[in-house]
Amino acid sequence: MNPSSPSEETKPCACEGSGAPEPAKKSRRDFLFHIGMGLNVLAGALISVPILGYLLGVLVNKTPLKPVSLGKVENFPEGTTRLASYENPYHRDVDGPTAHIPCWVRRIQGNDFQVFAINCTHLGCPVRWFEEAKLFMCPCHGGAFYQDGRHASGPPPRGLYTYEIQVINGELFIMAGILPTLASEGHHDKV
Amino acid sequence: MIELGKKVYGWFDDRLKLTRLHEHTAGHPIPGNSASWFYVFGSATLLCFIIQVVTGSMLAFSYVPSAKEAYSTLQFLTFEAPLGWYLRAIHYWGSNIMCAMMLIHMTQVYLFGAYKYPRELTWVTGVFLLLCTLGAAFTGQVMRFDEDAYWGLGIGAAIAGRTPVFGNEVVTLMLGGPIIASETLGRFFSLHVFVIPGAIIALVSIHLRLVLLKGINEYPKPGRVVRKETYDREYDEIIKRTGIPFFPNGIGKDLIFSAFTIVLILACAAIFGPKGPLGPAEPTEIDTLPRPDFYFLWIFAVAALMPVWLEDFGLLVAPVLGILFLIALPFFNGTGEKSWRRRPVAVLSVILIWLSLGLFTWLGYTSPWSPVMNAWTGDPIPEEFLKGRTPLELQGAVVLQNKQCRNCHAIGGIGGHRGPDLSDVGARLNRDQLIRQVIQGGGNMPAYGKNLSPAEVDALAAYMVSLRPEGIKPARDSTHPAIPPKVTKEKKEEHAAVPADSEADRS
Repeated sequence: MNPSSPSEETKPCACEGSGAPEPAKKSRRDFLFHIGMGLNVLAGALISVPILGYLLGVLVNKTPLKPVSLGKVENFPEGTTRLASYENPYHRDVDGPTAHIPCWVRRIQGNDFQVFAINCTHLGCPVRWFEEAKLFMCPCHGGAFYQDGRHASGPPPRGLYTYEIQVINGELFIMAGILPTLASEGHHDKV
Repeated sequence: MIELGKKVYGWFDDRLKLTRLHEHTAGHPIPGNSASWFYVFGSATLLCFIIQVVTGSMLAFSYVPSAKEAYSTLQFLTFEAPLGWYLRAIHYWGSNIMCAMMLIHMTQVYLFGAYKYPRELTWVTGVFLLLCTLGAAFTGQVMRFDEDAYWGLGIGAAIAGRTPVFGNEVVTLMLGGPIIASETLGRFFSLHVFVIPGAIIALVSIHLRLVLLKGINEYPKPGRVVRKETYDREYDEIIKRTGIPFFPNGIGKDLIFSAFTIVLILACAAIFGPKGPLGPAEPTEIDTLPRPDFYFLWIFAVAALMPVWLEDFGLLVAPVLGILFLIALPFFNGTGEKSWRRRPVAVLSVILIWLSLGLFTWLGYTSPWSPVMNAWTGDPIPEEFLKGRTPLELQGAVVLQNKQCRNCHAIGGIGGHRGPDLSDVGARLNRDQLIRQVIQGGGNMPAYGKNLSPAEVDALAAYMVSLRPEGIKPARDSTHPAIPPKVTKEKKEEHAAVPADSEADRS
């Protein structure tokens, strides 16, 4: 409020000193005002280009899924479900531990695998495998899934997200790189 | 000496116009009866915000907003930096108490009708301040960057992913990429430290400016009704009759309560300490129970208890509708009675909302819907539920424990509460019904048919039939009436209750 008070005082003084403003002068001031406003609208539009461009850039640079190795198939005995982890293919040094993403690998037999995302399809919490009950259970809201990823009970709207898999030279690869959500279903098989 | 002091003050007053500033701000007149204990919560909320800014600025000395470093700087702040733990604790408790003060302030404003004409905009800016404060609270729990922060982000992304059509875009914008990484933390850091506090300062400025322009609400009197045509004149009269300058005459109770608020924050911080950090944000450590901070536990509970068909609406649409309702409130309810003594619906809504928030928070805290992940190894079956059982029944108890049933089913109150307590299940379901439930599942229970051998099912059913209070007979199916008492010479009632076609049911 302080800075406004002196300006309020000085304005009328200046007017009184110069007498009544001439019409020509007024129209020139109007002209300058409009030019000034116009230039600022233009400049505002200009500066918003890099700002919005930077903000929305993540949407343009869509990272396609990349094949990531989960190791030799021998690491996953037939008929078992095991926790595995991989490095986010797009990670940077500053990502620290968040670059390591876990997933559940179920080897049915031979090269017949299912790889499930760790995230519950309800609200993304990490599901845990219970070997004896042959169920994945979620610690957040009580969702449960069968060993093949099908929804068993609780609030999840669908079965577990699965990764696309490939076995090349005895090594298990998955297509990875995004956090699976209900919106990214296109990237993940529906179980 | 006094003369000199007056001269110095006069000089500053001439340059800075302090007297005039005082008259227009802190010295503005308020209705005499508004200098009440009910009117202290707004200033207490502002005080909490100032404490948050000061302590937050200091925490930022050491904090590094990178997914790689954040956790170790938290460790440094908590265990090495001198008084770092206490500053963290003040920041944490300051946020808790800020939220509490704000909600009490809002409730008081609602009950005293202060949002009505001509203070609609004061209320609306207040609603945005509420949103900013909750935003600061959510982004603040991410700053700890521990396991709860990581999975909390996952939950946020999962909710955002339910947005129709643009779900992917919303998730990507929120996370700053396709996955939770350092970019995500950077975004939340910027929001928490720059954007939201800046917005709060701007909104508080408007909020207070409006308080000065429209005056503090007079203490409502039952029967004194707000009319747009007459209210301004009436308020002027109240000010003329009873007005006192807010500073120094009306501020006494605010000052006392402010001091109390500071002491409360300091005491909570000293007694309870800072929250976390829990384990590091290491996604591969999946042995975790993600829970939001206190203020969002009720949302966590609602997310668990909503019927599935309501979820997208409840998570995405309902919050928006709720906020729109709050913004619209002074426009459709801007006149009329102010006193809560004549507004029973207002009083009932407040009671209902606080009770619901409290109840859902409590439920979120206990989360009975969550399986207890280690009950099957950690919670043995209490002795009285094993005494005097046959070998087959005992074998069933072993199956019950090993197949991890206890994660969801308590016995004697111990174990998970996702499903019903099994202590007296034998009195509720007969052998057939038990077998059907185990094998086919249903009613929120997974089916175990592929996972149990016939022998295991036999043993399990025998054990569960034996689980019933003393002197109570096993449950019977009403479609298979009990064999009349005359015929039952043998006392094997349990077997009598088992119809011969149970084998057919099982397959």
